[in-house]
Amino acid sequence: MTQANTPSSPQSAYFIDDHSEDAIVRRTLAAIVDNEPGVLARVVGLFSARGYNIESLTVAEVDHKAHQSRITIVTSGTVQIIAQIKAQLERLVPVARVVDITTSPAGLERELALIKVSAATGSDERVEAMRLSEIFRARVLDVTLESFIFEVTGGSSKIDQFIELMEPLGLIQVSRTGVLSIQRGLPE
Amino acid sequence: MDTQEKIADTDLTMTGAEIVVRALCDQGVDTLFGYPGGAVLPIYDALFTTPELHHILVRHEQGAGHAAEGYARSTGKPGVALVTSGPGATNMVTPIADAMMDSIPMVVITGQVPSHLIGTDAFQECDTVGITRCCAKHNYLVRDVNDLARIMHEAFLIATTGRPGPVVIDIPKDIQFSKGTYKGPEGTQHKTYHPASEPHEAGIEAALELMRNARRPIFYTGGGIINSGTEASAALRALVSETNFPITSTLMGLGCYPASGSNWLGMVGMHGAYEANHAMHDCDVMICLGARFDDRVTGRLDAFSPNSKKIHVDIDPSSINKTVRVDVPIIADAGKAINALLEGWRREQHPRNDLSEWWTQIDEWRARKGFAYEKQEEQIKPQYAIERLYELTKNRDTYITTEVGQHQMWAAQHYHFEEPNRWMTSGGLGTMGYGLPAALGVQAAHKDALVIDIAGEASIQMCMQELSTAVQFNLPIKIFILNNEWMGMVRQWQQLLHGERYSHSYSDSLPDFVALAKAYGGHGIQCRNPADLDAAIEEMIAYDGPVLFDCLVTKDENCFPMIPSGAAHNEMILGEITGDEIDESGKVLV
Repeated sequence: MTQANTPSSPQSAYFIDDHSEDAIVRRTLAAIVDNEPGVLARVVGLFSARGYNIESLTVAEVDHKAHQSRITIVTSGTVQIIAQIKAQLERLVPVARVVDITTSPAGLERELALIKVSAATGSDERVEAMRLSEIFRARVLDVTLESFIFEVTGGSSKIDQFIELMEPLGLIQVSRTGVLSIQRGLPE
Repeated sequence: MDTQEKIADTDLTMTGAEIVVRALCDQGVDTLFGYPGGAVLPIYDALFTTPELHHILVRHEQGAGHAAEGYARSTGKPGVALVTSGPGATNMVTPIADAMMDSIPMVVITGQVPSHLIGTDAFQECDTVGITRCCAKHNYLVRDVNDLARIMHEAFLIATTGRPGPVVIDIPKDIQFSKGTYKGPEGTQHKTYHPASEPHEAGIEAALELMRNARRPIFYTGGGIINSGTEASAALRALVSETNFPITSTLMGLGCYPASGSNWLGMVGMHGAYEANHAMHDCDVMICLGARFDDRVTGRLDAFSPNSKKIHVDIDPSSINKTVRVDVPIIADAGKAINALLEGWRREQHPRNDLSEWWTQIDEWRARKGFAYEKQEEQIKPQYAIERLYELTKNRDTYITTEVGQHQMWAAQHYHFEEPNRWMTSGGLGTMGYGLPAALGVQAAHKDALVIDIAGEASIQMCMQELSTAVQFNLPIKIFILNNEWMGMVRQWQQLLHGERYSHSYSDSLPDFVALAKAYGGHGIQCRNPADLDAAIEEMIAYDGPVLFDCLVTKDENCFPMIPSGAAHNEMILGEITGDEIDESGKVLV
């Protein structure tokens, strides 16, 4: 986005960034909402009604006193569609604000995954899975003579990579939380 | 004030039903439209002892919703509807969606089965908040009677501020019976809902810069100006007069600038004025005020006004860049933005734009007379009927509502509006059946006005039952049916797009409208001869009571001019077309 403050291009919260118009980008949006009945349905309904993608979604009350929840949504679309999604979300009455975590320099994203791998005692796969888990700083949550369950946290791509590596070693099942988000530093 | 009244005034403990009625009174509601049923009986009981709240009993819940919309659109105040649970609520869905699309402030109160029965598939239970979630601006299911007063006042706040819209309050029957504390509307605020309405100064400055240098400017105005109030229309008139820019409007914005004004180009869009559409296409600066670049306005998007800088004033940020990319977005109330533009235009001395070339060009387009139609001696042309209706009613205190279809477009083209809030039509949702109940709502708010529903013979049958409401409540609405025995717009599209295969678009077995009017207790008039038309219209106006006017018009008239689907503004068709003008990609558009 150009920073020019010439009269013909004033700053606005609603400008579309000057990226290629048709390229599909992936964005993580965090919506701070009133935790009232049906608020999640409003958000999810908006995505289905207007044909937007949801790649992952996490939600929980984060401020019990203020009854506010944080909904983190990973979505994709053209830059124009992402701007629309943000504006449409902000239009919902119980939505206090929406932050684009991906483009915010202060944005942080993490995901947690539980990954079950079959690995018979004494097999090479068992040793290799264990070794890789250490590299990825995965915790062993459960172990049997035939299997492991690893708990791994990190950015989505790290988790994708770990799952990919487990595939040939006997991957059985994956459970992921979806992306969580927060912003660094003190709130403005 | 005697002691007893004082006590009654300060006693703030009351039943949920009483809270509802008290909140309506405190919000300044004088009229509501509704239909009773099991789950709202306590509220109806409270209404029984509240004569200051005038309740109009409709014949179908859809009628209550459209009547509330008509009331709202003609007064600028929120419309209120009250219906029962289950079918009462589902019948209300169409008006809710309609009000959402056209940004009409409306509060809908629905009854719900008692709290302990919710989720059990109880008699007349439906998930009202679930069903209306995606078609209302906001909705509530009341779970505690002590939240009820706050919710009632919040609903009015949300319905009337920002981009207005419908708000639904679903109240379980046990909540209506139980006692809680009432709280007045003073200081009502919503925790998170704070819509912006003041224009950003930088945006206004950027807009003014474009306007000062424009050679081919145009104002493209919409319903947002009417929602902003009569002062917004007044400011717009001043701005147009000082800039001398031409002005067009969407269907929803008709009346915000007078049709008799010298800068008026007529309506824009698919069936809009030839000069308005060409000016939109060729302009160098487009100033969009309270309109939303609807597909009926833009036509083919990639050919929409290709060489213009676009300024877009809208109170809803999601309208900005939704379909058309704009250069200067201004998130604001239309009236406030117009005033800021006017102030800025006056403040800075600058040479007045030389618009003579632009106006010469516009006059050339005007000379094409896009609304011209063939004269007929033996039969009434629908356009002629509207023209005569306009001539004979223009000097009265007249309000016009419409149904949806060809008659609606002819009304928009040939009836001319001088003031805002005089034109009630279903623009976004396109709801056949809107006009009659909307007329009831208008008439209820303007007892002595002449309220006319311009209808088609197909649309009118969708909410025909409300004629009974008109008779019961002495609402002397006039229903002016352009009867061509066809669902005219469907027939037109079948002719143009589907090889003249008129599949199920003929209005067979039509009722005898004159006898029908009589059966309802109204007055029926039929007219088929152009020579008799004026006298028949005069008879309609003079009759003291509801009139059903069956105007038999030519059967195969098409609505022109027209931008064919998938075409650009400068590809407007003036006369008869064969269908070849619309390519395959255009045919899939609606």
